[in-house]
Amino acid sequence: MTGRAVLKTSERVVLHVVMYTLAAITVAPFFWMVLSSFKELSDILTYPPSWWPKVFTWDNYAGAFQAAPFGRYYFNSIFVAVSVTAGQLITCSMAAYVFARLKFRGRDLLFYLFLGTMMIPGQVIMIPSFMVLYWLGWIDTYQALIVPGLASAFGTFLLRQFFMTIPRDLEDAAAIDGCGRFAVLWRIILPLARPALATLAVFTFMGVFNDFLWALIVVSSEDMRTVQLGLAIFRDRYQTDWGQLMAASVASTLPILTVFFFAQRYFIKGITLSGLKD
Amino acid sequence: MADQPKIRHRGRREWPGILLFLSPTLVIFGVFVLFPVIFSFYLSFQQWNMFSSGATFVGLANYAQIIRNPEFWMVLKNTFVYTLGTVPLNMLLSLIVAFFLNKKLAGKKFLRTAFFAPVIMSSVAAAVIWRWVYEPNFGLLNTVLGWFSIPAVNWLNDPTAAMFALIVMGVWKTFGVNMVLFSAGLQGIPEHYYEAAELDGAGRWSRFWYITIPLLSPTTFFVMVMSVIGSFQVFDTVYVLTSGGPLGTTKVLVFYLYEHAFKFFEMGYASAVAYLMFAIVFALTLLQTKYLKRSIHYTL
Repeated sequence: MTGRAVLKTSERVVLHVVMYTLAAITVAPFFWMVLSSFKELSDILTYPPSWWPKVFTWDNYAGAFQAAPFGRYYFNSIFVAVSVTAGQLITCSMAAYVFARLKFRGRDLLFYLFLGTMMIPGQVIMIPSFMVLYWLGWIDTYQALIVPGLASAFGTFLLRQFFMTIPRDLEDAAAIDGCGRFAVLWRIILPLARPALATLAVFTFMGVFNDFLWALIVVSSEDMRTVQLGLAIFRDRYQTDWGQLMAASVASTLPILTVFFFAQRYFIKGITLSGLKD
Repeated sequence: MADQPKIRHRGRREWPGILLFLSPTLVIFGVFVLFPVIFSFYLSFQQWNMFSSGATFVGLANYAQIIRNPEFWMVLKNTFVYTLGTVPLNMLLSLIVAFFLNKKLAGKKFLRTAFFAPVIMSSVAAAVIWRWVYEPNFGLLNTVLGWFSIPAVNWLNDPTAAMFALIVMGVWKTFGVNMVLFSAGLQGIPEHYYEAAELDGAGRWSRFWYITIPLLSPTTFFVMVMSVIGSFQVFDTVYVLTSGGPLGTTKVLVFYLYEHAFKFFEMGYASAVAYLMFAIVFALTLLQTKYLKRSIHYTL
């Protein structure tokens, strides 16, 4: 529905003005964050505030990284997000392969039950999951942040849908040549499913990196804090040190922005696919 | 899918492979989804402070206690206000933006990225920024309002303003998701409907009302259901932006649950809250399905 309805020039102008104004309002808080992070404290606390820093300074970044071990937080977040993502790619593709290709009695029932778990709000699961981790002695460890995320109904569904679009002929040929199921999955299905795997990877990585509530519950020591948890605690402690708070926010957002710029289309695809599940 | 006899024949020998492939997922799901769902239901009938006492069966006492607690009703009301505040605003804004992004625009890619940017940022970082936007003396919002001679508001400390501030931020943070969903829905409407309508002399508004709106309705329905579920589960932004204050005016259900479970360690009580919440969300979804399913059109 693009070419139709030719707009008058005046309408086109109005449309552009409205859309660019909306976009400007949407990104204004980002600019406000970035510019504030380079301001000196005296500059931040002047009225009326100005957009541009009077003096451009890196002090807030140095201060924030001195006040809290953000380097460690980064390491934790990235380590956890990469582990969960890698784990999900493996577990989901194996399960998806079974649901897409291998027949057994009750398979589809199992699959739909499995999908149905997506309806359960995380809050119902949260408390006993915490207790399990407590009984295992895993509170405040990497396992607590990683292991519960190692399987995913959404990921399994996404990959299964994609696997089902891959023609069977290739697999049959490989099976005749003596390839086992694992070899078929590894050598034939997964290389063909790269776009779906990339979508799942980007989606999972961003979800885990940005997650807050779970880390808040299972992490107690400073060494185990993720970026999000570290930032929330930093904001508690330095309530009004806006320069440093903004510097910490910029720093904590950069990795995810970087991932997003390289993988935007996969992320958007993941969202669109989540809309297809009903 | 016609099954080849060859493959079916192999089926019997396939069980070890099937189990091997499914086992990681089944184990994780068993321990961290299936067991928790059942166990928290059991817990909701127990009084159990995890670190100081054993579990005692109390029947429906937790549920009765919740229902008698005025704080629960306040929290439920706040959650409803938040949901009613964010969902319609969010849907309206995301539909408008998606609709116009579907037209000929210069710099479409740039615009799309701009609208989507808040989605990819973590809600913690977003809430930290918005605390600064809402700062009463030097914040961005009051400064801009000042240009129009609107007096400053202490957004996050004024009990009448804090929920509004939370809603505005919530819409800002999430409308990009719905924009993407609406865009996909709009692109799925076949062009020939519009061409036919135009030949019949339908104006712009009638085409919007009689083609776009009905054919977009499956997407709209999905967006609405998911947005309601999402708003009911809001937590991160509340925790960082207001911590439930001032005077509990922004304390929402998940925040209440979090406090009881992980501050007071009342695992039984908190599980009952979780199950009540599950029931409410489920009921809301059923209600929407019942009353809106009729107005969903898959074709014209």
